[in-house]
Amino acid sequence: MAGSRGYVNRRLHSLLGVVPIGIFLIQHLTVNFFATRGPEAFNAAAHFMESLPYRYVLEIFIIFLPLLFHSIYGVYIAFTAKSNLKNFGYFRNYMFMLQRFTGIITLIFIAWHVWETRIAIGFGWADLNYQLMEGILTDPFFFWFYIVGVISTTFHFSNGLWSFFVSWGITVSPRSQRIMTYVSIIVFIAISYVGVRTLIQFAYGV
Amino acid sequence: MSEEKNITFIITRQDDPNSQPYEETFEIPYRNNMNVISALMEIRRNPVNAEGKTTTPVYWDMGCLEEVCGACSMIINGKPRQSCTALVDQLDQPIRLEPMSTFPINRDLAVDRNRMFDSLKKVKAWVPIDGTHDLGPGPKMPESKRQWAYELSKCMTCGVCLEACPNVNSKSDFIGPAALSQVRLFNSHPTGAMNKSERLQTIMDAEGIMGCGNAQNCVESCPKGIPLTTSIASLYRDTAIESFKSFFGSDQRV
Repeated sequence: MAGSRGYVNRRLHSLLGVVPIGIFLIQHLTVNFFATRGPEAFNAAAHFMESLPYRYVLEIFIIFLPLLFHSIYGVYIAFTAKSNLKNFGYFRNYMFMLQRFTGIITLIFIAWHVWETRIAIGFGWADLNYQLMEGILTDPFFFWFYIVGVISTTFHFSNGLWSFFVSWGITVSPRSQRIMTYVSIIVFIAISYVGVRTLIQFAYGV
Repeated sequence: MSEEKNITFIITRQDDPNSQPYEETFEIPYRNNMNVISALMEIRRNPVNAEGKTTTPVYWDMGCLEEVCGACSMIINGKPRQSCTALVDQLDQPIRLEPMSTFPINRDLAVDRNRMFDSLKKVKAWVPIDGTHDLGPGPKMPESKRQWAYELSKCMTCGVCLEACPNVNSKSDFIGPAALSQVRLFNSHPTGAMNKSERLQTIMDAEGIMGCGNAQNCVESCPKGIPLTTSIASLYRDTAIESFKSFFGSDQRV
């Protein structure tokens, strides 16, 4: 047996956050970015994703099951930490607490987002097109809800990528960990831009 | 005698392991080059608090008085550290002393660090060479390795890294950075490496290596400057390889 159940769970939690969830996140933001080329381009891209073969298998095994495991186990991890930023105000400690905080925000955001889009579409309450997102995001409250949700998600992914590199024994030396911090900041800025730019397109049509 | 100068201590006290903690303030006369322990000795000599009432002397643990035994660790102005090397001249007043919160309290500032010693036993932080006959000299260790291994051997089990860690608390059983770093130390030893797998398997648990959340407070707080997060990252690598070996099989195990 390769370690206890707790060990395997933690390893799985760390792996699933990047493969497949992180990869899905980047794919999802990229496909949505088609919106900046206009409603037709977005509808075509969304339709392509919608009509992928064995789509339910892909959705269940690449998105929903990994996401469920990562989020449920993640909530448990988040609530076993005890914040001590007051006496230990170091950069990594802030990142540690932010990772847990954004994890919870991201979970709330994604739960709402899946309900409002994928589940609503599944039940036939809504159609997958540009107008669906435009309708949601022209409401200022939901625009800002999505801004917070998207930035929280991209932060959680980028900082999680840093931890992933440590947890799998890739970045061991302090120097490599420091360089990875810079890389994760660049990843954060880049994918946040992609996400936020798309939201602005839906909300303001620019 | 120069002008009379007092230093103020606010000490979190507790009469026994189960009673409620309370704060008590002491004013003691300043002397040159005082450390926190010499101030505590002054309180012990004359146990009168700031209100002028005679009280019980403040109890604390100490041993070497030169920051190698780890016994006198406590929280001084919010930071866990050894009271022997905490110089009064370098501290903001009033000086607040508290016992480390991660450990059960024996009395006042003295805590029970037994969980750390139990952890060392759990991970077998030693080189097992006892036997009925002379095994002869062991393999040599490369000098470059000896140099960093020596840094890890400076650990005095003082408990500061556990106190600083946000994942060591009443809600988790995380073993803490100190014992993990010792796994790396003894696995790096040429003879100790014969039990490498066994040590790694012991820490392959949510309470072991996976209990770490990479907040890295430990390496910022360690009084001996031990590269604890490097040790932990190195063990992440070793345990990842160990998992592959033990699940998929290797030349050592089928």
